[in-house]
Amino acid sequence: MPALLKPLTRWLFQLRGPERGEVVLVQRRIFILPTRAGAVFAFVLVLMLTGSINYQLSLGFILTFLLAGVGIAAMIHTFRNLAGLHVAAAKTASVFAGETARFGVSLRNPTRTPRYSVALTRDKTDAHVVDVPAAGDAIAIASVPAERRGRLSPGRLTLYTRFPVGIYYAWSYVELDTHCLVYPRPAPPGLPLPPLQASGAQGAGHGQGHDDFAGLREYRPGDSPRHIAWKTAAREQVLLTKQFAGIAPSELWLTLDLVPQALGLEEKLSRLTRWILDAHAQRIAYGLKLPHATIDIGSGEAHRDRCLEALALV
Amino acid sequence: MRERLELRDTVWLTVSLALVAAPHAERLATWVSLLAALLITWRLYLARTRRELPHRALLIVIVAAASAGVYLQYATLFGRDAGVALLVVMLTLKLLEMRTVRDAMLLIFLAYFLVITNFLYSQTIPTALYMLACVWFITAGMIGIHYSRAPRSVGPQLRTSAVLLVQATPLMLVLFVLFPRVQGPLWGMPTDSQRASSGLSDTMAPGSVSQLTLSDAVAFRVVFKGRVPELNRLYWRGPVLWDYDGRTWRAPRTRYARPSYNTEFYPVDYTVTVEPHGKMWLFALDLPGRLPPRALATSDFQLLSPEPVTARVRYDMTSFLDYSYGLDESDQVLKRNLALPAGYKPRTLELAQRLRRQHGTDEAVMQAAFAMFRSEGFSYTLAPPRLGDNSVDDFLFNTRSGFCEHYSSAFVVLMRAAGIPARVVTGYLGGETNPIGDYVIVRQADAHAWGEVWLRGRGWVRVDPTAAVSPARVEQGIGATAAASALPLFMHDNLVLRRMRLTWDSMANSWNQWVLGYTPERQRALLSRAGLEDATWRTLAGLLLATTGLIVLVLAFVTLRRLRVRVHDPVSRAYAAFCAKLARRGLARDPAEGPLAYALRIARVRPDLEAAVREFVALYVALRYGDASGENVGRLKKLAREFEA
Repeated sequence: MPALLKPLTRWLFQLRGPERGEVVLVQRRIFILPTRAGAVFAFVLVLMLTGSINYQLSLGFILTFLLAGVGIAAMIHTFRNLAGLHVAAAKTASVFAGETARFGVSLRNPTRTPRYSVALTRDKTDAHVVDVPAAGDAIAIASVPAERRGRLSPGRLTLYTRFPVGIYYAWSYVELDTHCLVYPRPAPPGLPLPPLQASGAQGAGHGQGHDDFAGLREYRPGDSPRHIAWKTAAREQVLLTKQFAGIAPSELWLTLDLVPQALGLEEKLSRLTRWILDAHAQRIAYGLKLPHATIDIGSGEAHRDRCLEALALV
Repeated sequence: MRERLELRDTVWLTVSLALVAAPHAERLATWVSLLAALLITWRLYLARTRRELPHRALLIVIVAAASAGVYLQYATLFGRDAGVALLVVMLTLKLLEMRTVRDAMLLIFLAYFLVITNFLYSQTIPTALYMLACVWFITAGMIGIHYSRAPRSVGPQLRTSAVLLVQATPLMLVLFVLFPRVQGPLWGMPTDSQRASSGLSDTMAPGSVSQLTLSDAVAFRVVFKGRVPELNRLYWRGPVLWDYDGRTWRAPRTRYARPSYNTEFYPVDYTVTVEPHGKMWLFALDLPGRLPPRALATSDFQLLSPEPVTARVRYDMTSFLDYSYGLDESDQVLKRNLALPAGYKPRTLELAQRLRRQHGTDEAVMQAAFAMFRSEGFSYTLAPPRLGDNSVDDFLFNTRSGFCEHYSSAFVVLMRAAGIPARVVTGYLGGETNPIGDYVIVRQADAHAWGEVWLRGRGWVRVDPTAAVSPARVEQGIGATAAASALPLFMHDNLVLRRMRLTWDSMANSWNQWVLGYTPERQRALLSRAGLEDATWRTLAGLLLATTGLIVLVLAFVTLRRLRVRVHDPVSRAYAAFCAKLARRGLARDPAEGPLAYALRIARVRPDLEAAVREFVALYVALRYGDASGENVGRLKKLAREFEA
């Protein structure tokens, strides 16, 4: 029986794996069932009907039947609250392993009917509830714990609603072809950075931009006499050092070899991640050398993210 | 969606509960109403000041105390009044532990239930409208708690609630008409559900009928098939009183054989709807020609219902206005209708014996008595002076002013004293024709008493001594009598008021007939008129299911049609049609694909379509991003139409 159940469930709930682009919640994708409150409501209606029969209350019949009608109409309204929504993946920020990935799901409502209280959830335990205005859109967030580094897919998400009266639960399964990058979990802070190397020490190939004049700064002992701006010194009576782009006062090459070999790969990646974060925070230029990729010395957020991505996908 | 209730939800639900419970306030014991009002105010105060709700233990104490109070007050915890009192107390207490959406839902369902308890007391049109407003309000509250964030105004939730109720109406109507009706009750009706009864009684003492005359309550309504007979012929027969003890007339307890009767001329057909009065009798015009279902007739042609009339009863009737009956009345009956109490005061007897001596035949004696009422200073008044111990003597010789009960009573005593069998008949006379709806309203104010004498060779003959004194009462109804100023305001002839009153009564009548009076019999009758003779519950269930299904389909169609996105731009519409045709051949456009890239892709996989696709896309791009002139739009539409993939 369980062997049969799976294809049956797949057919019934139209489970067809990750979908690209925009998913439209057509009729066949929306399912609806009464809630527990709905069952209580039905029970109260039965009580009211029995009372009406017993006391021969014509208005009692009318009220009971009117509320039964409301129950039926509410089913259509609950269904309609999801129907016709366009669902697509929105931007998702990368996270570190151990954090929670927040998948943005864009809900677009091209119709003239506003949608209230549409919830997005992955595991039913917590949901993000949004309203989607008529001819407007909203971003719902699905929170997925990111346990392992790499690419994280949100998996099957559930969009559901109980609006307007809470006696029905309408839902739709959406599996979007999107993913979130999960960087390795950074090692605990306090790990000292590996020793810095003088710029260009790793070979001329990396010391780019020696000729691009970038500006002047005050002379510090140890600056190469070749970089002193002698002309300015003669004029201004101050020693200034010429600065050239690409030349950091110091630079850092991060490689797996810097980490004790006894550690496992994940541990090593964790430490590299920590170093990248620290180097970024201390505005130290750094490069990353991995067996499959090398990222040149650089700095800035884009550079950091590129390095972290390389670590995530090792 | 959210767990906790917000202030606006709490206030909304508390107020709607107060609205539903309000009509009960006058019916409940004062302390129950006060307790409920106190608890409601307390809840609003706590919500407003955002304080903690009371501890559960305190609520339990209040529940126990209130239940004990209800038991002491009503001597039971069940039954209508005690049940409603208990429900009101419990609901207001539940309000004090309402924290979450789930609590609120339960409270909402119970509020719906409280609505229905109001109908145990009143099912009038105003009650129905008020309760409809309450249901609208409660449903809006139920919608309110399902918003993820509080909406800025109450408009949307009231509107959605109204939409739900309007959409529920067709379904309600179908269920109301077709839902198989069972004759209740399923279990015992609580005895306290019918308490007050008004109308005639099976005894008549001075003052008992004139009391009724001051009541504008409707006794019954009649729809005639065909022409309505003159009002002065509408003698609605009620209890017939045989036995007299000197002050009070009573109906006989023993049953006799029904005498034979002859009917002449055409029968009058009509339908009577009797308001509940708590007694057994049903009303018909003299002389009833058939029996309502399950009813029986006594030997004096009264119609009796098998059980007290505690709900509105409707029956078809046929009467013969020209008739004779009782030619062969038994001696036993005649003897009983001659009896006067032993030791009866002689003055009336003397008068009777004098009349008997002066006039030979029974008819002549009757005429003489009539003449006496007409000429010897008798007057008709709704406020007669009090009568002494011997009421008939006092009336005939002293006060000489009275009401129908005085005249009929005195007349019958006089006849018996003169040796003519006679008895008092009570009932109603006339009624009011309502031109709106075309039916006759008979009110308690139309209550009347007249007499019946038995004449050899003619049987029982109706005599109305009041007619001798106040012909207007008989000819034109109670509103035309001299003492009309003593009547309630509604009986006065004010044209506007009268018209409003008649319109209102006509609405109330339709309401009674079609809404409140929709009984199992009525349902059967309606179905058989629709060609469904002897519909079994199976047929009904099938019919019900089919109709309900149809309504739900229509409802779904209408509701979901609103979701269709209308593309107003003809260029976009043509492009969408073009893409749809290709999509049917498995060449759907990728959402991110522009028209030119799409055209290139199509041209690659379907070289045969290249020319047509190129032409269309070129024109589309020109229109979309260039000059959209009317002529080219027409061409694009034509191309889209003619394109074959």
